[in-house]
Amino acid sequence: MFAEIHRTELEAEVWDCLDQVTDPELDEPITDMGFVERIDVDQSSGKVEVDFRLPTYWCSPNFAFLMGFDVRIAVSKLPWVKNIRVTLNDHCFADRVNDGVNGSRDFADVFAEYCDGSDLDNVRLKFQEKAFIRRQETVLLGLEARGFTGEDIVGMTLEIFDRVAFQGQEEARQKPRYREILLAHGLATQSDDLAFVTWEGAPLSAQGLRDYLARLRGVRINMEFNGALCRGLQSTRYKEVKIGAEGPTLIDFIQNRVPPREPIHPERQAAP
Amino acid sequence: MFVTKDGKEIFIVDGHTHFWDGSAENQSNVHGKQFIECFYAYHTNLSPPEELWEKDRFEKYTEDDVYRDLFIDGPDDVAIIQSTYLKDFYKNGFSSIERSTTMAERHPERFIINGSFDPRDGEKALEYIHYMKETFDIQGVKMYTAEWNGESKGWALNDPAAYKCFELCDKLGIKNIHVHKGPTIIPLSKDAFDVHDVDYAATDFQNLNWIIEHCGLPRLDDFCWIATQETNVYGGLAVALPFIHSRPRYFGEVMAELLWWVGEDKLLFGSDYAIWTPKWLVEKLWEYQIPEDISAERGGVQLTDEVKEKILGLNAAKLYDIDVAAKKKQLSAAPVQIAAE
Repeated sequence: MFAEIHRTELEAEVWDCLDQVTDPELDEPITDMGFVERIDVDQSSGKVEVDFRLPTYWCSPNFAFLMGFDVRIAVSKLPWVKNIRVTLNDHCFADRVNDGVNGSRDFADVFAEYCDGSDLDNVRLKFQEKAFIRRQETVLLGLEARGFTGEDIVGMTLEIFDRVAFQGQEEARQKPRYREILLAHGLATQSDDLAFVTWEGAPLSAQGLRDYLARLRGVRINMEFNGALCRGLQSTRYKEVKIGAEGPTLIDFIQNRVPPREPIHPERQAAP
Repeated sequence: MFVTKDGKEIFIVDGHTHFWDGSAENQSNVHGKQFIECFYAYHTNLSPPEELWEKDRFEKYTEDDVYRDLFIDGPDDVAIIQSTYLKDFYKNGFSSIERSTTMAERHPERFIINGSFDPRDGEKALEYIHYMKETFDIQGVKMYTAEWNGESKGWALNDPAAYKCFELCDKLGIKNIHVHKGPTIIPLSKDAFDVHDVDYAATDFQNLNWIIEHCGLPRLDDFCWIATQETNVYGGLAVALPFIHSRPRYFGEVMAELLWWVGEDKLLFGSDYAIWTPKWLVEKLWEYQIPEDISAERGGVQLTDEVKEKILGLNAAKLYDIDVAAKKKQLSAAPVQIAAE
């Protein structure tokens, strides 16, 4: 009984770590997206197994790699974890992702093999910029909705920003996430630094704010397309429509039920 | 023909449709299975519940299904059928020009059948382009840049081998190049949905029309920028359009961007049949207005009846040299029929 409770606590700790891992294309935690399928903890050996699955078999392998490595890095930070195995299921590049993420070679080495020698950091950085833009747009629109003028916004310091309370759920969710990415990239460090600058660190101008927001919107539209598709595809993957004897009426399109996956690698499924 | 509530007849060219065989018998491997699974997930995810199909029918539908869904129940006047081979995944190809042409024989006046080729096949690709022109007199092709071909898991429109093929298309008068930018697999350092190769190809082949399916989404901003610069770049609305049902406000944002940047003369309707059927898409589009606040952010652009008419058929008619008045007359003289069930 005690052991079982303890094990559940450890699994919860792993889950909390996975909250920190985001899908680079969507800037959403993989836990929220429903990508994490299984967590298994063996307390005596300190071994953790994490299985994840993406919305389609064809999702970008570079992001699959990034998420796999990020899961490994995040979970390895737990002091009691001695050994971690990350498994990506049902993906066109799964074998290579799993070999790469669980092998002894480091991240850069594994990527170099598939990158024509170029650097993956550029891709990572590009998507961090998109994440920054999306979070910033949500917060900026939230401030406008609360009645802050362009002048208020472009001159707002981090200290003032910290004191703003948002009503909307999305603004409230993105506020700490925006702050986090702002600080992580050194775009603001002190309480009297500007809370709103471009990704390049330039200040915003009140009269240029509408054009700036239009640019941010373009980026968000793309991310929302992916987000909406990914959530939908994730929820419908392997679901089939059943049509009853009554005729063409749809009677059994079920939400929240994922039927068992067919074994694509029977030999692996058969292993103990 | 779509007839509005006040009796106006709207000419419909469905710019992106398929006649595929994704059935288990035709699948070569797990990739073929996963490919049609993915399409089916798109179908189940974005269709209204009453428009959903069972999986068996979705995997392989009949000729009668096509005629009924597009022309009898559906409002299409003309459908452009695209070819997609996926030779590494399907034994007889996913949707071949031969199979689609045979299907269309009953009502050839209703169909435009496009070909396809894979530039990585080198000389064979060039021979195949000649074969398609001579045998089927194609006006257009569909390019799928994420197609696997042995070790290669994708290609770009500005690859030298692709340029050789486009030179030949230009010479033979195959002028409409539909491009589906699927996810590129390797190199991993590349953004999988990058659309910048369109910019190079469109600049270097000014005589060809570049129709970018699903408007480059999820790289809409890059696509808009390219289409603004290049007069010969068009946007196909397949995949973007079903959002009209599931996320109508979001659909308004996408359309506002497209109308603002790309313009009403360069957008083409496409149902992506059989992922979606055209009836509900056209009905919903005709009823749709971009919300005022979204429109205001983009200079007041709006989906007026006139704009919708262009998107639904007139723009594609121009690209494919369809004389709309003559075509309407021809079609009214030869109504589509399918065998009684």
